[in-house]
Amino acid sequence: MRRFKLGRASIHVVLATGVLISFFPFYWMVVMATNTTADIYRYPPKLTPGSHLIENIHRLLDSIDFFGSMLNTVMVAITTTVLVLFIDSLAAFTFAKYRFPGRNFLFGALLALYMLPTQLAILPQFIIASDLGLAGTLRALIIPPIANAFGIFWMRQYITSAVPDELIDAAKVDGAGFFRQYWQIAIPAIRPGLAFLGIYVFVAAWNDYIWPLIVLVDPDRITLQLALAQLNTAHGTDFSMVMAGTLLAIIPLVVIFGFFARNFIADATKGAVRE
Amino acid sequence: MRRTGIVSYWRQYLAISPFFLVFVGFNLIPVFFTLYLAFQRWDGLGDMKFVGLDQFKFLIHDPTFWLSVKNTIIIWVLGTFPMLFVALIIAVMLNAGVRFTSFYRIAYFLPNVTSLVAVALFFFAIFSSSNGLVNAVLHLMHLPQVQWLQNPFAIKVVIALLMSWQWTGYNAIIYLAGLQTIPTQLYEAAQLDGAGPVRMFRHITVPLLRPIILFTLIVSTVTGLQSFTEPQVLFGSTASVNPNSGGPGQAGLTMMLYFYHQAFDNNDYGYGAAIVWALFLLILLFVVINWRLVARSERRERVR
Repeated sequence: MRRFKLGRASIHVVLATGVLISFFPFYWMVVMATNTTADIYRYPPKLTPGSHLIENIHRLLDSIDFFGSMLNTVMVAITTTVLVLFIDSLAAFTFAKYRFPGRNFLFGALLALYMLPTQLAILPQFIIASDLGLAGTLRALIIPPIANAFGIFWMRQYITSAVPDELIDAAKVDGAGFFRQYWQIAIPAIRPGLAFLGIYVFVAAWNDYIWPLIVLVDPDRITLQLALAQLNTAHGTDFSMVMAGTLLAIIPLVVIFGFFARNFIADATKGAVRE
Repeated sequence: MRRTGIVSYWRQYLAISPFFLVFVGFNLIPVFFTLYLAFQRWDGLGDMKFVGLDQFKFLIHDPTFWLSVKNTIIIWVLGTFPMLFVALIIAVMLNAGVRFTSFYRIAYFLPNVTSLVAVALFFFAIFSSSNGLVNAVLHLMHLPQVQWLQNPFAIKVVIALLMSWQWTGYNAIIYLAGLQTIPTQLYEAAQLDGAGPVRMFRHITVPLLRPIILFTLIVSTVTGLQSFTEPQVLFGSTASVNPNSGGPGQAGLTMMLYFYHQAFDNNDYGYGAAIVWALFLLILLFVVINWRLVARSERRERVR
């Protein structure tokens, strides 16, 4: 399958360079987090991991409630993911397999809004969250992502092809009601799709920055990303300590992503190519 | 299906209601509320005052707003077009039948799921001081050092590099998926006709990949023009005046950051709403331009 006479070797050199560029920040974060700031910022800098990780983490834990903020992020990310998966797949199932008055209008409305930049709504989202007494609470982070237009759009496509109409019809003949069809027929058939959407939502919730920055007005209740940014604002020159925190903050996600990466990437590209 | 009135569909409406409740409350109403706010003066506490088009009139004469427009566009151009070009090259190489494709795909996708705050902190650490890694490497190569986070253009380059690091792999994998749908016979036939790699790239790959190129362009436009976290975190600790001012010379002040500054530092909700609508119109304009350019090149192709 040689399409281009570029030469195997040169292709591999270019691709491997790309991999190095992809991985380098992670390596350098490890180097910075395991050395003293002075060792990194002298000339020539130290280029290999050192032995100061524990003391850097000690300083990190002294300056900020790091694991408290991580716990907040874990709770928010898990709750958001469970809620989105349940609510969006139920709605997507309804749109994919049932006809009801107003169906096309409602789906069209959410597609139209899917096209709008999310930030167009963010200021009133804050005002509404404040009016509901949610500002400063973690609940404020969980509610807006539920209306994930991408999630429902993607899920509807997925259910349309993954859940055969015959299966639904057979369940109807057996007397299964609407919600039993969803729970016993659709859910088992769409597990891989739920895994993809779940990771997508989890990653987005874990990494979200602007919405927590706006709505978490209580400085004692913050997420991991806010903690990192605050750390930088207060101790920006203590690079080893900031990088120790950054490293700890991204490890869980890298592990989760590495675990599901193959299927996740395949599903992520499908949507784009189909359009 | 029997028509027995809307009531008989209560299960379906119940099933979609949690979604639509949040959708209406946190998306639909807010979008219109933003439009309404742009015609008011309000600090979030006192009474709203209708001011007509005053916010937009002020916007047009606000040099800081225009600076933020300029910054946003420059950063977007620097961070999008070279990135998409490199992504396409990587995709073509991955598609040339090399081994370890699944390893490459994971390695290239990883930056895209890494938290933007973490990446911004990393870029801050390597670009910030004259002793940072980047300047150390420049010194090693006997090149002059650059004050990356001081110089107005260098600031934009750093933000664009950050965006590129996060998005090149993602777009390469999207392109790769598209390339895999192009029939191999097309290339074989072209090769028989004596076409070289560059001609095949221009006359087979690019035209057949056009819808996907358009998709990546639109995604990059919508996300790139809304850049916020990069400058906000990069200059979170260096700006002595206000961390949300976009750094030295406000060279990293994007429209989104200016919106945040006006709405949440100054509590000027009306003006913030006006800025965010201007941003929306800019995104719309650029998406339409992208669309037109891609559609026009397609027409030209057909005529030929």
